[in-house]
Amino acid sequence: MNDGPQLRLRLASNPLYLSGVRELLSAVCRRLGFAEDVCGQIALAVDEALCNVIRHGYDRAADRPIWLNLWTIGAGDESVDPAAAEGIRLVIEDEARQVEPGKIKGRNLEEIKPGGLGVHIIHEVMDTVQYEKREQNGMRLTMVKRRPGARAAVPAKLEASHG
Amino acid sequence: MADHGPTTLAVRSEGRGDGVIISPQGDVDMTGSPVLRQELKRVQGNRPARIVVDLGGVPYMDSSGVATLVEALQAAKRSQTKLLLCGMQDKVRSIFEIARLDAVFTIVATADAAMKA
Repeated sequence: MNDGPQLRLRLASNPLYLSGVRELLSAVCRRLGFAEDVCGQIALAVDEALCNVIRHGYDRAADRPIWLNLWTIGAGDESVDPAAAEGIRLVIEDEARQVEPGKIKGRNLEEIKPGGLGVHIIHEVMDTVQYEKREQNGMRLTMVKRRPGARAAVPAKLEASHG
Repeated sequence: MADHGPTTLAVRSEGRGDGVIISPQGDVDMTGSPVLRQELKRVQGNRPARIVVDLGGVPYMDSSGVATLVEALQAAKRSQTKLLLCGMQDKVRSIFEIARLDAVFTIVATADAAMKA
């Protein structure tokens, strides 16, 4: 079986492209059987992750690379027939400044203040979230979202690559 | 370095009664939020008794949009201006709920209701 992602997108770190990514992801998730509100939430979580890369990782430089990869997940397989998918695994990679994964935290929601909500939203929407440093440079964010009613098991394989 | 990047967000403001209705049209995202923030600041500078942000024309909002409104709410409290949100679409309401801010703002159905609240 081909272990490569079923959808792979390279975009420049320009906010111009964010609405297109949101629409693409919403459409794909809809075809994979996610409920309409969940499609919007997945697109929101990815949008927040991309904004964080652009804003904090690349200091708003608009010409740096970001990779978005999507795998369908299912019974025993990392990449299954989309029609039988139990969920998706999304991996966002960049060449931005590396930070310690443990320091990437959502803020305390008891404090009513602007900013710092993006990471909280990602954790709230997705079933699993993992930040890690890439081997060469940059960061990797892996997120899994299962359709309600799908098995609760989380795929162990979280590594990804880009070209 | 990029600025805010191009946005399709347009913001219209209209005086009504003792207040001002601000109506953004388009996505309030990383590129749109600065446009909304600028208009909120301009209107708040005039110290109206009430500001209504009509979100009926906003199909999408991200955390930068929510942060912009939180900032405006804090400024409104300082200047004793009433700030209300109305016309919220389900997708936009969802982010307020995820951020647990739906109870922090006064959210009503329509601009008319907001003018009476």
